[in-house]
Amino acid sequence: MGISGWLRRRGKKEEKDTAPLGTDALEKREEAPEKQAEAASQEGPDHQQESARGLFARLKEGLSRTRSSFVARVDTLLSSHKRIDEELFEELEEALIQADVGVDTTLQLVDQVRERIKAKGITDPEEVRPILRQTILDVLRANTGALELPAETPAVIMVVGVNGAGKTTTIAKLAHRFKSQGKRVILGAADTFRAAAIEQLEVWANRVGVEIIKHQPGADPAAVAYDTIQAGRARGCDVVIIDTAGRLQTKTNLMRELEKIGRVVEKELKGRAAEVLLVVDATTGQNALSQAKLFSEAVDVTGVVLTKLDGTAKGGIIVAIAAELGLPVKLIGIGEAYDDLRDFDPEGFVAALFDA
Amino acid sequence: MAVFGSLAEKLQNTLGKLRGRGKLTEQDVKDALREVRLALLEADVNYKVVRDFTARVRERAVGQEVMTSLAPAHQVIKIVHEELTELMGGSQSKLEMASQAPTILMLVGLQGAGKTTSCAKLARLLQKQGHRPLLVAADVYRPAAIKQLQVLGEQLQIPVFSLGDQVSPVDIAKAAVEHSRRYGNDIILLDTAGRLHIDEELMGELKAIDEAVSPHQVLLVVDAMTGQDAVNVASSFNANLDIDGIILTKLDGDARGGAALSIKAVTGKPIKFAATGEKLDGLEAFHPDRMASRILGMGDVLTLIERAEAQIDEAKAREMADKLRTADFTFEDFLEQLDQVRNMGPLDQLLDMLPGVPGMKGLRGLQVDERQFGQIEAIIKSMTVEERLRPEIIDGSRKRRIANGSGTKVQDVNRLLKQFSQTRQMLRQLGALDKKTKRRKRARPFSLFH
Repeated sequence: MGISGWLRRRGKKEEKDTAPLGTDALEKREEAPEKQAEAASQEGPDHQQESARGLFARLKEGLSRTRSSFVARVDTLLSSHKRIDEELFEELEEALIQADVGVDTTLQLVDQVRERIKAKGITDPEEVRPILRQTILDVLRANTGALELPAETPAVIMVVGVNGAGKTTTIAKLAHRFKSQGKRVILGAADTFRAAAIEQLEVWANRVGVEIIKHQPGADPAAVAYDTIQAGRARGCDVVIIDTAGRLQTKTNLMRELEKIGRVVEKELKGRAAEVLLVVDATTGQNALSQAKLFSEAVDVTGVVLTKLDGTAKGGIIVAIAAELGLPVKLIGIGEAYDDLRDFDPEGFVAALFDA
Repeated sequence: MAVFGSLAEKLQNTLGKLRGRGKLTEQDVKDALREVRLALLEADVNYKVVRDFTARVRERAVGQEVMTSLAPAHQVIKIVHEELTELMGGSQSKLEMASQAPTILMLVGLQGAGKTTSCAKLARLLQKQGHRPLLVAADVYRPAAIKQLQVLGEQLQIPVFSLGDQVSPVDIAKAAVEHSRRYGNDIILLDTAGRLHIDEELMGELKAIDEAVSPHQVLLVVDAMTGQDAVNVASSFNANLDIDGIILTKLDGDARGGAALSIKAVTGKPIKFAATGEKLDGLEAFHPDRMASRILGMGDVLTLIERAEAQIDEAKAREMADKLRTADFTFEDFLEQLDQVRNMGPLDQLLDMLPGVPGMKGLRGLQVDERQFGQIEAIIKSMTVEERLRPEIIDGSRKRRIANGSGTKVQDVNRLLKQFSQTRQMLRQLGALDKKTKRRKRARPFSLFH
């Protein structure tokens, strides 16, 4: 159900213009204790300045499932071993694979951990934990990058991904973020394929209060992208965000369509889009690697947005993406609220994962 | 790409190494199983499931059953096939209908799993079987979810029941049951909102619907690309709702199949349907044995035939199967069948179902996508009748003429000719293998396996 429930609550309180809630179940949701992040985000633009501790706490909460399943496993296995032996490494491998880190990345990670332990002459299993933490951090750090928009406006952001990854919701959150920074945002409804996709984006545009360019269902998505950029320029927008239809990365013809959208955008901008963001569902397993590879072949993906990280106990794919693809994870989605779409910060992520 | 492409490739390579050996030592089997284990883990199969699976295969393979047989490698492959089938549920699990109409089906799942699309696809399948389904828009949260279902319903000429997004899903479900009685719909499909399996409030809402209208089947929609978390998701939905079965979606990506292979083993609930493709008829009953065959590169001729039958009449289907088998087909046939094939699904998907094809190296790059169909058609239509029957006579000057006539380049003509001759050669090999197998009276049931 996404962040709509929260949004509705918010809308009702502030403007009373979004759809009011009318059902028992929904009322119940409304009465539910507000999460701290929600309170924070209600404060508007300056929530970004909210104390770092609050954001950190929210991050930790969002990652609680990943954290409890992964770190607890690691802790149990470390404390159950009296000395560092092959068996311990094997169990460590097991824990990493189970967290969706993937076989290749896991083997690499564990090899590095093994070397570091040897180099430092560590014998106490309890000391493996900080080594593992550091190893994971190193991998993540090597491949991160913030979402950066060029000074030249409009900055064009293209959002791509497989079906159901969360593109539209991510766009809504992004639009809200830019708007609260005082930027003028325009959305392009270039998913002309899926039934009611245009309407869905339109609902979001209205809620967030940004402009939208749309065509008829079935229209050429490249044309929508073109028109959106044109309109963005004419209206003096700062950010243009283009939604595209979800497509499985193995569908050659659909990937070619995406290529075309990319070409049209590039031609119109006489250069690359500021960002081409690949949205990946965090519950996706190793298929995420194939998604990243094939989407990068079609359009120049500049970064990954990992969504629904709060729902999975297996955030490990984030490590696999960083280690194997060299594609920076730029944003992570850890909850339903607007500002639960966060810049990915390896230190914060690892700290939220490992530190009590 | 192939269903479970990379898993299939790895398993085929590993098990292929065993072939051709007269004797298998215990060590051989163990080595192979270690690789099988890695292949399964890389395919996101749940860790515990992998452990149990390899243990069972090892137990059977190292025992009497294999070591004393004449073709031990084939025995091992057979065991893997059987165990894979068992892992996915053994036999096909059908949709259970209520003794008294309407049958109520409730689709649940995570956000983005594909519930709304699956609802429409399932309704389409049931409609084709002569039912009168009613789609019910009970996702009142996601923006435009109702509209999406309405658009799909319109495309399929299937009625969609909606009370807008201001009414609780429980009341919508109740009203839909009333509605179906009045309008004679014998099956109700409830499209519920996506939710995280850890969201207790929304789980409560599903339970409320469950209690209010007691659906005859609760179907969990799972994205085939889900990783190690698939079993957690399925287990927690199952714990809350006691689901009856699973619809596996997006199977046409290069999903590695971890979800498919783990869910049944962990929850005990069968996969009932598999969804593929962007078109609304892309939903098929799930057959564990056939899927196991496809994973092991043994082909899935049964599904191929079923699809052909659904599209073309029986006589033509047989003719086509014959032609495919004997490689006796020309550009003329190719053209004629282009349309029929196009209706059956992507060509690479079809090739994938032919025995031995997924393992053939030369064929892996052979991908004819839908958009190229038009170009191919144009090229073939620019050939003379003789050229179509005997492509080998096409020389440089003919190629230029064909390219001009079809508005393509000589390279395009060359590519088509090359693909055609590869396909023909491949079909000839298959035909030969087929005959060989028959002659040997199935002494080597898995000789197609490379």
